[in-house]
Amino acid sequence: MLAYILRRAGQSVFVVLTMAALVFVSVFAIGNPIDILLAPDADQIEREAAIVRLGLDKPMWEQFGVFLWNMLHGDLGRSFVHGSDAVHLILGRLPATLELAIVALVMAALIGVPLGIVAGLNSDSWIGRSVMTGSIIGFSLPNFWFGIMMILFFAVELQWLPSGGRGPTGTLFGLEFSLLNPAGWPNLVMPAMTLAIYKVSLVIRLAYAGTREAMLQDYVRFARAKGLSRSRIVGVHVLKNILIPIVTVLGLELGSMIAFAVVTETVFAWPGMGKLLIDSIARLDRPVIVAYLMIVVGMFALINLIVDILYSVLDPRVRITETAG
Amino acid sequence: MTDAALTSAAVAPPVETPFRRFASDFFANKVAAVALVIIVILALLAIFAPWVTPQNPYDLTQISIFDNMLKPGAKSMEGKTFWLGTDEQGRDMFSAMIYGLRMSLFVSAVATSIAVLVGVSLGVTAAYFGGRVDSIIMRIVDLQLSFPAILIALILLAALGKGVDKVILALMLVQWAYYARTVRGNALVERRREYIEAAQCLALPRYRIIFRHLLPNCLPPLIVIATVQVAHAISLEATLSFLGVGVPITEPSLGLLISNGYKYILSGKYWVSVFPGLMLLLTILSINLVGDHLRDLLNPRLKA
Repeated sequence: MLAYILRRAGQSVFVVLTMAALVFVSVFAIGNPIDILLAPDADQIEREAAIVRLGLDKPMWEQFGVFLWNMLHGDLGRSFVHGSDAVHLILGRLPATLELAIVALVMAALIGVPLGIVAGLNSDSWIGRSVMTGSIIGFSLPNFWFGIMMILFFAVELQWLPSGGRGPTGTLFGLEFSLLNPAGWPNLVMPAMTLAIYKVSLVIRLAYAGTREAMLQDYVRFARAKGLSRSRIVGVHVLKNILIPIVTVLGLELGSMIAFAVVTETVFAWPGMGKLLIDSIARLDRPVIVAYLMIVVGMFALINLIVDILYSVLDPRVRITETAG
Repeated sequence: MTDAALTSAAVAPPVETPFRRFASDFFANKVAAVALVIIVILALLAIFAPWVTPQNPYDLTQISIFDNMLKPGAKSMEGKTFWLGTDEQGRDMFSAMIYGLRMSLFVSAVATSIAVLVGVSLGVTAAYFGGRVDSIIMRIVDLQLSFPAILIALILLAALGKGVDKVILALMLVQWAYYARTVRGNALVERRREYIEAAQCLALPRYRIIFRHLLPNCLPPLIVIATVQVAHAISLEATLSFLGVGVPITEPSLGLLISNGYKYILSGKYWVSVFPGLMLLLTILSINLVGDHLRDLLNPRLKA
């Protein structure tokens, strides 16, 4: 077990290092940082002084070493626009994004699992077919357009929900969360629903396939023979068995939700780190772009690592085949 | 052969080829058939855009700023009717949408075609040679697939800048890995079949074995993935354009049209973002419905 975790962690470190190299090359080799850092009217002496100060006269590998060293110390440069430390700037926006992603994830599970099970149990009737067709529509909806349509319908026409922004928040451990303040809930509904819609379809498909497969298994037949009620068979035995793959996939999807939050946050002006990224790209604020990238890469590597380890705990076969192979 | 056999052959339906059987299976599903027809119509509209639209939305001599933000069905200064309204520059929404669809389909189709070529070549190479070549290619595939496509595309475009060619490059780079992985998986199975062994015994050149014998037998599952990926590419391109890193403003795609309409949503001017979005949804949905049905047809496990 320990050998598996260590080897898997080694792979994650390798992924982060590779991505760091790619980010380094794309930012420092494609663009000239001097052009961005200095005012266009800087003279030759100022330019050379800046080149020496930034270490740009050193060989490429040495510069990369410095970049990695600074990264290990949590220093990815200062924002040109905000003037503050890029890492702190992004971490300050992290709670808003994480909250949005987690609420969306829970929504996806709560809506998707029941619909998928119902469709799986009635796969030959119109209920099953319409749920599955609905899931294809969910897959096809362009995320940002769905968000805009929600604003048009619920904020402009019906005026039930606010069209954007985060609204009032509650504080926990010095961090702000909308969930802690009921007055902030209406602001959370539309962004979370927009972010969740694609995953709802995904969960429906997983639950549908899982239910159809589980209903043919011997343990279901045995539970039926034992005289258990249908609701108990489905609610306890089938549900438990189909939840394992769904939890795994949703865990993996948390990362992609954080990435997709970029779109949702832009539509709803949600002050998370995705909106910060888009604003930084528009203003060419390179340190913030690099910092966002490295933080997200690190987060992805960590999420993948945790899911793999959890999976190997839940299902020993993974661990054994990995070690044997 | 007797006379009776000859006459019965003459009245018998046309010979059942694998393709004909597949086509009749495909059209047995009404929803998928309708979706396919919609795709064909949309593609024709896009290809023949200059002939089917009432105006060229990029020809400044044909549009008038006085016609800007007209409601659907309103009449222009010259008495023309704009059935879907006009945008902020006085362009007919219907014409702008068809041209936008043309851009969206062009970018996605080109990107997907190149990605299929690159992914298939690398996937087959990895499977055929195995060993170090295989592990290097597959490590890159794993690395790339562990990050969401939107993030990779966003970063690439932030570094490269705007432009149709850059969007195509970004969409290609986020897609190839799917094809490489799928083809490698199939090729690994096919490689051990007798016909490859026979070809090797005949001392055929390697490229011939790979491209004439191995590759054609790995293609069917690829058709499904490529279909679904075109839909993904269209959606991704629209999203990138909405975020402001996609196609330039001079050549708007459907995503950029929606992005323009987004500004007017709070004032209730719905038509600038609703109609292009509906067209986008119709396009992606039709492709997904066809892809979904193709998957059912080509999946041997569901045949039983």
